[in-house]
Amino acid sequence: MKTFVRILKKPITSTLIAILFGFLVAAVVLVFAGYNPWESFGALFKGIFAKPKYISNVIIKATPIILTGLSVAFAFKTGLFNIGAEGQYIAGTIAAVCVGVKFNFAPVVQVPLVVLSGVLAGAVFGGIIGFLKARFGIHEVITSIMLNWIGLYLSNFIVNTATYHQPNSTSSYAVNESSFTMLLPDWKTSKAGMAALKPNKWLYEMMLKTDVNFGILIAVVMAIIIWVLLYRSSKGYELRAVGFNRDAAEFAGINVGRNITQAMLIAGALAGLAGALAITGTSPHKISQMAAFENNGFNGLSVALIAGSSPIGCIFAGLLFGGLLYGGQSVQQDVGAPTEIINIMIGTIVFFVALTKIVPSLADKLERRGAQRAK
Amino acid sequence: MLSKLILLIGITLMYSTPLVFGALGGVISERSGVVNIGIEGMMTTGAFTAAAVSYFTGNPWLGFLAAGAAGGATALLHAVASVTFKADQTISGIAINLIGPGFALFFCRLLFDNATMTLPAKTLPKLFGESAFGDSAMKNLNVDVTVILALATTVVMWFFLYRTKWGLHVRSVGEHPAAADTLGISVSGIRYVCVLISGILAGFGGASMTLAIISQFTPTAISGQGFIALAAVIFGKWTPFGAYGACLLFGFAQALTIVLGGGDFAVPSQILAMLPYILTIVVLILFVGRSVAPKADGEPYEKGVR
Repeated sequence: MKTFVRILKKPITSTLIAILFGFLVAAVVLVFAGYNPWESFGALFKGIFAKPKYISNVIIKATPIILTGLSVAFAFKTGLFNIGAEGQYIAGTIAAVCVGVKFNFAPVVQVPLVVLSGVLAGAVFGGIIGFLKARFGIHEVITSIMLNWIGLYLSNFIVNTATYHQPNSTSSYAVNESSFTMLLPDWKTSKAGMAALKPNKWLYEMMLKTDVNFGILIAVVMAIIIWVLLYRSSKGYELRAVGFNRDAAEFAGINVGRNITQAMLIAGALAGLAGALAITGTSPHKISQMAAFENNGFNGLSVALIAGSSPIGCIFAGLLFGGLLYGGQSVQQDVGAPTEIINIMIGTIVFFVALTKIVPSLADKLERRGAQRAK
Repeated sequence: MLSKLILLIGITLMYSTPLVFGALGGVISERSGVVNIGIEGMMTTGAFTAAAVSYFTGNPWLGFLAAGAAGGATALLHAVASVTFKADQTISGIAINLIGPGFALFFCRLLFDNATMTLPAKTLPKLFGESAFGDSAMKNLNVDVTVILALATTVVMWFFLYRTKWGLHVRSVGEHPAAADTLGISVSGIRYVCVLISGILAGFGGASMTLAIISQFTPTAISGQGFIALAAVIFGKWTPFGAYGACLLFGFAQALTIVLGGGDFAVPSQILAMLPYILTIVVLILFVGRSVAPKADGEPYEKGVR
């Protein structure tokens, strides 16, 4: 009984229960719509794990949303709701494209330059939100939403300027190859590279059929850095104090306004990094005209929530989310069920994440009842 | 010139209408103390239901009502989570934003031969067209009936919130649920009703997109409208008329892009499209400043906890 209660109290238990419910609800919807849920889930998992290139693509798909998830989670920890990760991500892609197309240095200089300009643009977008909240008390949700749209139209504007517009297309030029962050892009397509990869079927398929890139490593490192910053530094203590109780933090002599601005600068930088890495790491290495948001930032919200705002949790939540998004395409191809079943599933998981927050308190009740009986 | 100006007014009203319904939904829910970030999802459900029902029955009014019901049903999820289970309202709202469009597109594919858009549906009637004004400049004011409905709903909600006993109850539950509870007001009951109304209104908002502005449901029919409505709620300081005004501003900016963007204008249309959002931030800095939410907004009510 005691161990049972202890297991129930672990945050991961609630998350797993939520994921279980996600599949359960999706199964019910599928049955209702006349599809076989077993076949559908089979197709889903096949779409994630069946081929090396699928796994690789899942990781590639997960990379940006791990980072935007981190951005949102970090802001959550400091008491801010960063619904603006979408705009900050877009800002990152814009800056990366502008710099990556304009300049063409050696990769050692070019890659950091392009990535950092994306980070900077994201930080500016986030910083504006934080500053306006700290200085004028403007709700971060409203500025975030406004900046998302400003980012979208700014991106469309840049795509259509004479300098960046690729003729006869709806997109910008691709960034110069010196900005690419794929794993050995030249070597793997060279004769020597192909010959070296050939014996290992897995590596061959992963390397040549997908954009294997350094993004995931950076995302994991960032998750660890953010964890250290939040839980092992005095700055992180300040930030969390502001998030936990603004008035108490103020009373303890913490400059609340400055911390809010800094928190949003960092959150924005993370989302901007996601955008920049998407440009440097995956084709088509450019921005295109957008009619609606592409949801890389909004998906970060779900990732952060499934992860319970834990930085390390974001890695796993991002991979789960990336897997569902990528594998979901196979559900439509193989079984014919609309791929939107995945959105329903993810939404249900997030919904039950909200509900299962009560599991630990239920466990408490269970424990107390057990204690009473023992008397 | 005059005809262009009237056209501008007409388009402003047209584009602000879905936002007005959505924002009013936000106002009523947040005034009772439940943050509703799920307006977007409820609007999308409404938008699809409206187009689908109108297409299959040939009766747009039935579609409009069905949209309200669909929005309300979606809102019920939010109410169960945030009132009964005392769950985090932001998380639940975000879940609604995933589930709503998910269901809309899922059923759209099932009913419309795997397409993500419905076939064109019969739309709601327009008012003040050539029939009312003949061939004068005023005929450009040919607005949809939903425009009038949105204005009427705003007035009714203002009257309800500030001039009736029930409105006082709603506001007291949003400001100080414990005090309201001691007066015998059912906090959960009021919050349930308000969240449901919020969903119904958001559903109407979605319907006024797909049954008036465009005549079918598409995946981008409601892309971000719900979030703009949410911004309008905060911009309008959680009051019906404030929210209405904020929505008009967004609608006006959109109309400006359409009327001016068509040709000989020096500013690129993307920059023009950006204006309303920049303007909002500037207005907030200059005039509105600190926006104060209802005091208990977003906090689940626990009986007996101070």
